[in-house]
Amino acid sequence: MNEEQKLNQFQARIDADEKIEPRDWMPDGYRKTLIRQMSQHAHSEVIGMQPEGNWVLRAPSLRAKKILLAKIQDEGGHGLYLYSATETLGIDRTEMIEQLQQGNAKYSSVFNYPTLNWADIGAIGWLVDGAAIVNQTMLAKCSYGPYSRAMLRICKEEGFHQRQGYEIMGKMMTGTQAQREMAQDAMNRWWWPALMMFGPHDSESAHSQESMKWKIKVESNDKLRQRFVNRTVEQAHHIGLTVPDPLLSYNKETLNWSFGPINWDEFWSIVKGNGPCNEQRMSHHIKYHNEGAWVREAALAFEENLTKKQTVSI
Amino acid sequence: MNTKDALIKYCTRLADNNLILGQRLAEWCSRGPILEEDLAMTNISLDLFGEAESIYEYISTLTDNHLSADDIAFLRSEREYSNTLLVELPNGDFAYTMAKQFLYASFAKLLYTSLLNSNDETLKGLSEKALKEVKYHIRHSSEWLIRFGNGTSESKTRVQNALNDIWKYTDDMFEMDEVDNELISTGIAFDLKDIYTQWNFSVSEILKEAKLTKPSNGLSIKGGYKGIHTEHLGHILTEMQYLQRAHPGAKW
Ligand SMILES: [Fe+2]
Ligand SMILES: [Fe+2]
Repeated sequence: MNEEQKLNQFQARIDADEKIEPRDWMPDGYRKTLIRQMSQHAHSEVIGMQPEGNWVLRAPSLRAKKILLAKIQDEGGHGLYLYSATETLGIDRTEMIEQLQQGNAKYSSVFNYPTLNWADIGAIGWLVDGAAIVNQTMLAKCSYGPYSRAMLRICKEEGFHQRQGYEIMGKMMTGTQAQREMAQDAMNRWWWPALMMFGPHDSESAHSQESMKWKIKVESNDKLRQRFVNRTVEQAHHIGLTVPDPLLSYNKETLNWSFGPINWDEFWSIVKGNGPCNEQRMSHHIKYHNEGAWVREAALAFEENLTKKQTVSI
Repeated sequence: MNTKDALIKYCTRLADNNLILGQRLAEWCSRGPILEEDLAMTNISLDLFGEAESIYEYISTLTDNHLSADDIAFLRSEREYSNTLLVELPNGDFAYTMAKQFLYASFAKLLYTSLLNSNDETLKGLSEKALKEVKYHIRHSSEWLIRFGNGTSESKTRVQNALNDIWKYTDDMFEMDEVDNELISTGIAFDLKDIYTQWNFSVSEILKEAKLTKPSNGLSIKGGYKGIHTEHLGHILTEMQYLQRAHPGAKW
């Protein structure tokens, strides 16, 4: 079979909603796009541990501490799970981490904002995980088997993440004046970044068309963003939070909440590395990765010494 | 000292050990040498917070001052915490943390095992549950000690230095006073001297396997159960109690 026939057959399988598995033939572009997207997803889970970890030691109750720790652990677990799903495409985790640290692989820009008060932990769970759920539910339908299955598994935990975040916000909104102010402040700072998580408008998205054809994406950025807004606005109102968008209004015809323009200059500036925490997140990751080098070496040496011993005793 | 007061004090020591060690371990969050270990440490930290919470809840039923588990956990001053000194020591490097973990978990396992025979049903139940978790904590930390001792010369040096440094705080775990005497006489708790003998034995076994030298007993620093701490505890509390102190009475 020549390249073109293979490509046609591949596309036919995609069109028939078949899942592509690691051993199946796939075009280079498909593999590359998935590696880029899945490793970026894995890195996001891991880098996201930093802004949330920032409040673990200061969590306001034993219960809150336990929930936050469990949540961050889930995210790390998602990272591990996604790294191994990506490894099915022929790249290993060490290489992915190198790409991240050299700036050749990205992670979600939303984690380049700082967590400044306890309500930020609520806002991240509710808004950031909330946006992630919308996106990941879509990705669970994607054509690559291991990615789709990873998303199904991950989505189950994301529901808990979103609920715990919303609960934090809700509790603070029924609390003291200072607590309500913190909650609204967090809402003001996280609302727009959460909307940006869905990426640029479809007309400006570099990878969208091809990804749609290959069913790596099955719905457009704008459609997903709208779904998130519709869900979230009512939740905000329910606990008395104001959405920081003067143009927000309900459209009775489309049954959508229409919202004001997104600040794409801010978005691109952060993507390019100029966000408030880009440098901090990366230098943190590199610092602790390097500080752990001797541990990884020791573990490796131990395994090697063990095998040597075993061969001698045989 | 009456039995109830002794029980409250005893439980506070136990709960504070869990809380402070849990807080220290949580410092590793996003800082582990490898993602799997990051998760292992926060997982253990989560276990410890859970144990602490159950014990504080028990304490709160024993006292009549209407303090909740959270009030007890977060609203005391340095001198009112009665954890053993070892758990409040800074984390140091990964070898230092694992050495601390191992020495404490080996103690905790024997302590909880002894409490399975306690006359106090709640304490017995709590110990049963904690024991399942602490067995994993020992396995996790002892495996690292063995790896380090049989790994590279760097890892061996690091872990040996850690042990040498921490050793002077280990006696503090086995300190006894009128609290213990009261509870021993009523069959609620047991003699820590016996636990020390077993601890010494099981620690030596692992150190042998790790080809590490057990430090000699020289200087020993004590006082945790009496609320005489190292300078580190105040800083742990400053961070841990920040929100509760800044917003008194707020519910979260
Ligand atoms: Fe996640
Ligand atoms: Fe999540």
